[in-house]
Amino acid sequence: MSAKKAILSGNEAIARGVWEAGVKLAAAYPGTPSTEILENVKNYTDIYSEWAPNEKVALEVGIGASIAGARTLVTMKHVGINVAADPLFTLSYTGVNGGLILVSADDPAMHSSQNEQDNRNYGKSAKIPVVEASDSQECKDFVAIALDISEKFDTPVLYRTTTRTSHSKSIVTLKERKEQPGKVELVKDMPKYTMLPVSAKKRHPLVEERILKLKEFAETTELNRVEMADTKIGIITNGISYQYVKEALPNASVLKLGLTYPLPENKIKDFAAQVDQLLVVEEGDAFFEDQIKVMGVKVAHGKDLFPMTGELSAAFIKAQVAGVTLDLKDAAADLPGRPPAFCPGCSHRGIFTILKKLKVFVSGDIGCYTLGALPPMGAMHACVCMGASISMGHGMDKVIGKSDDYSQKVVSVIGDSTFFHSGMTSLLNCIYNKSTSVAMILDNRTTGMTGGQENPGSGKTLGGEDAIAADIPALVKSFGIKNVVKINPYDLKDVEDKMRAALDSDEMTVVVVEAPCVLRYRISHPAWVVDRDKCTGCKQCLKVSCNALSLEEEGDDKFVVIDPNMCAGCGVCAQVCKFDAIGEAK
Amino acid sequence: METTNILLAGVGGQGVLLASQIFTSVAIEAKLDVKQSEVHGMSQRGGSVTSHVRFGERVYSPTIDPGEADFLIGFERLETLRNMHCLKAGGKVIYNSMRINPGTVASGAAEYPADVPEQILAFGEQTFMIDGLGLAEQAGNARSSNVVMVGAVSSFLPLPESLWEEKIKEILPAKLVDLNLKAFHLGRAAVK
Repeated sequence: MSAKKAILSGNEAIARGVWEAGVKLAAAYPGTPSTEILENVKNYTDIYSEWAPNEKVALEVGIGASIAGARTLVTMKHVGINVAADPLFTLSYTGVNGGLILVSADDPAMHSSQNEQDNRNYGKSAKIPVVEASDSQECKDFVAIALDISEKFDTPVLYRTTTRTSHSKSIVTLKERKEQPGKVELVKDMPKYTMLPVSAKKRHPLVEERILKLKEFAETTELNRVEMADTKIGIITNGISYQYVKEALPNASVLKLGLTYPLPENKIKDFAAQVDQLLVVEEGDAFFEDQIKVMGVKVAHGKDLFPMTGELSAAFIKAQVAGVTLDLKDAAADLPGRPPAFCPGCSHRGIFTILKKLKVFVSGDIGCYTLGALPPMGAMHACVCMGASISMGHGMDKVIGKSDDYSQKVVSVIGDSTFFHSGMTSLLNCIYNKSTSVAMILDNRTTGMTGGQENPGSGKTLGGEDAIAADIPALVKSFGIKNVVKINPYDLKDVEDKMRAALDSDEMTVVVVEAPCVLRYRISHPAWVVDRDKCTGCKQCLKVSCNALSLEEEGDDKFVVIDPNMCAGCGVCAQVCKFDAIGEAK
Repeated sequence: METTNILLAGVGGQGVLLASQIFTSVAIEAKLDVKQSEVHGMSQRGGSVTSHVRFGERVYSPTIDPGEADFLIGFERLETLRNMHCLKAGGKVIYNSMRINPGTVASGAAEYPADVPEQILAFGEQTFMIDGLGLAEQAGNARSSNVVMVGAVSSFLPLPESLWEEKIKEILPAKLVDLNLKAFHLGRAAVK
């Protein structure tokens, strides 16, 4: 019987890999490009899996499961590791009981992220091994190897993917699940797991010894592979860059690194000695290149040819190394862009329409509503990281002080999932330190931008079981905030009146917008229509930035039409029309 | 078999990924190596979407570089034009003539170019424009235009018709199989 094969994305393959390798618990917070790993793990009922409210919590849940002896998976996007960095650096000291891998899905070129940090650096600074696959088969197979490394060396393993390894699909040969012999039970071992100075001082030397042992292991592990061919050029590479190198330069010799920290110094020196010119091809930072140079090995080319920004490609490598370029035709010029936008019927539309009208400074956060920053809406003026909106707004409020000028007033805007993630502590700080700012919590009962995942407010778990639906107004009131106002985002007058009252108040106001995501919950009402006799073509309605509306021309006559297949019947456009030209279909 | 590069371009929500899945499944069944790549995330909110499908003896990179696509399958005319430079010299562009306004046009900030078909022709490659929406409606559902496009491209690939039919039956929900088979055949006939 031939082995079972499937075409899987890297994320699906990691899910399959942890199932095969006997993992018992998986925890994560959603974040592109990592989200689908847990969404697939949930289909393997041998594994308990859950969405945590943030990445720090997810890792801590994982640490607990590992201490109790279970093989464990924790996943997050690259910036999530920043949130989880606190437990991570001390987890390096405690080590593990059941194997633990922490997936960091990095996003070179920032397809869906706010920065392109290279998380191999975390491996080096937390002194833990980093494993990287280059296609879906490796994504699956390396998981089992990484769990073995974790248990053998008593260390968490940082399992790094990039958008292209996570989201590209290739053929994978599957295996069955193998349960692990290790017992799941609580065994008290205070010096190993209780990191007081007295115990941590004893653990740190073990961490330094461990990384030396891992360096030796790096010399022999199957994760690092030499493919000798033509010796004029030798390339050290990793992850998806390996695939680009093989495509671009099929005759070059390659040292492919799968264990990308710590590096195999002898293997690298041997490889370098066998080739005329050594090149380092890596996306992101000069992570290998700098370390290889410190070894005293001459690197002919690295970051001088392959930038730290963006992604590489086969064509780019071919051009930079072999000078071979295609005679390309120019792309068609001056085409209208097609950026993502609020869905027709989205509850965020009315909110940003009014925030723009009021000319306030909007301190934003991470979620679908970040699209409110894009033209023509253009009503978000700062956005840094998850949960930052409310705390940044508080800082602005403190230094600006009282003002009657709305342009000098700040409104912080945050979604439900982001509020649960790390906005709650920001809000507690506001009320504790007597902020007079306004915070809006846009509660659409889902983690929208990553595709509509469950969260502590949605009433369901990752596995679809019923759960609590956290009551945001009650939670906010429990902090001691008196002014908690609910508004209907589809009633622009209600939004404007209550926002004005909040801005004019001398006390902190929290505005809660309760309106379920129309995409996630498939909410749609009959389409609205434009009365052509009344429409003057003034374009006021187009400023609400809805893809269902467009301007048509017939001779000199300009008028707006509503696409009945797209319109969700929310009626926001009708409320900005000065000529009463938009109405419900009769 | 040399590697075949198929670039699919459309708008979020048009079924670009389902079409990609039909291509990859057929290629696997034909015992070929296959890779497919797309970017999810922000592109889902009505933005431009592309998907790269590559199959052959051995495929390394999951992405198709500009100037390397054997086929450009356009699900919407503007998205077709946006990706014309990705086509290989001598490649084929097969596109659905339908128009979907991007947000920039809907909001009045930009104009939808009136001469998209002419600009596509000006690239001088083999061009097949299809009324994908019309054929999909003829098949019984406007949303099946993605399978119309798969049908059109299938007629240029050396893979048996029965294989495509088999995979459509496997991938699509049972109640939608008949209308999608019809859409597939209408697309396949449209370029002959």
